[in-house]
Amino acid sequence: MAKKKMKIRAWTSDNRATVKAIIFHPMETGLRKDKASGKAIPAKYITEVNCKHNGKPLLTCLWGPGVSKNPFLSFRFKNAKAGDKLEITWIDNQGNTDTTVSKIS
Amino acid sequence: MNHQRRTLLKASMATGTIAVALGAGLLTPQAVLAAWPKAAFDAKDVDEALSALLGSKQSSTSSDIQVEAPDIAENGAVVSITVKTSIPNAEQISILVPENVSPLCASYILSANTEGFVTGRIKMRKTSDVIAIVKAGGKLHKAKKSVKVTLGGCGG
Repeated sequence: MAKKKMKIRAWTSDNRATVKAIIFHPMETGLRKDKASGKAIPAKYITEVNCKHNGKPLLTCLWGPGVSKNPFLSFRFKNAKAGDKLEITWIDNQGNTDTTVSKIS
Repeated sequence: MNHQRRTLLKASMATGTIAVALGAGLLTPQAVLAAWPKAAFDAKDVDEALSALLGSKQSSTSSDIQVEAPDIAENGAVVSITVKTSIPNAEQISILVPENVSPLCASYILSANTEGFVTGRIKMRKTSDVIAIVKAGGKLHKAKKSVKVTLGGCGG
């Protein structure tokens, strides 16, 4: 049951943090067809990802079906120090959501 | 064990009333996520997507934006794209692929602390340009890079 939904790595150097994250998600476009039954596979993709640094908004990603399966996200930001809290939340078009909190090292 | 029921229960706990309403079929996800620009992601060409997303389709080519992508992508389902910009006060970075069914792939809204740097992986239907649009100070700046795709990655 406890399948990991997200992996986050975040580290700092010179007051600057680099974040790399992978979200495990199928990202179905709704255009693909099931080869056996010929029916379209319903769309299921992440629409919004919110990243927060110590509770303050840092980055909002608006995604469409054009983002790859198991999306990868990397970004950098200033004024970060080791031990700060980094929170990443996503929501998909079917209303599924997940939040993962990580510490910057 | 009823897995659907378990998932619903879990979702309800996570998001409270919204998830309950969703589970009961009272609201569609689109209605809840008013902030997500559906029109922009549904748009069939670049100009339409930009107008719906950023309110303007006028953009100027800028040398301060770098689009890093492979010259040849073997698998169009996973094309790694990095957009870097040195334009001060960049507010939003958008990635578009004109040849895709819906050109707008992703848009990143930056905060004051976030640097002009994002990496992501996108799908590409066929060989096309990858366009990066950076919004800064109310203006749109553009840069692009051509990527050759040997195997398309948008279903089919």
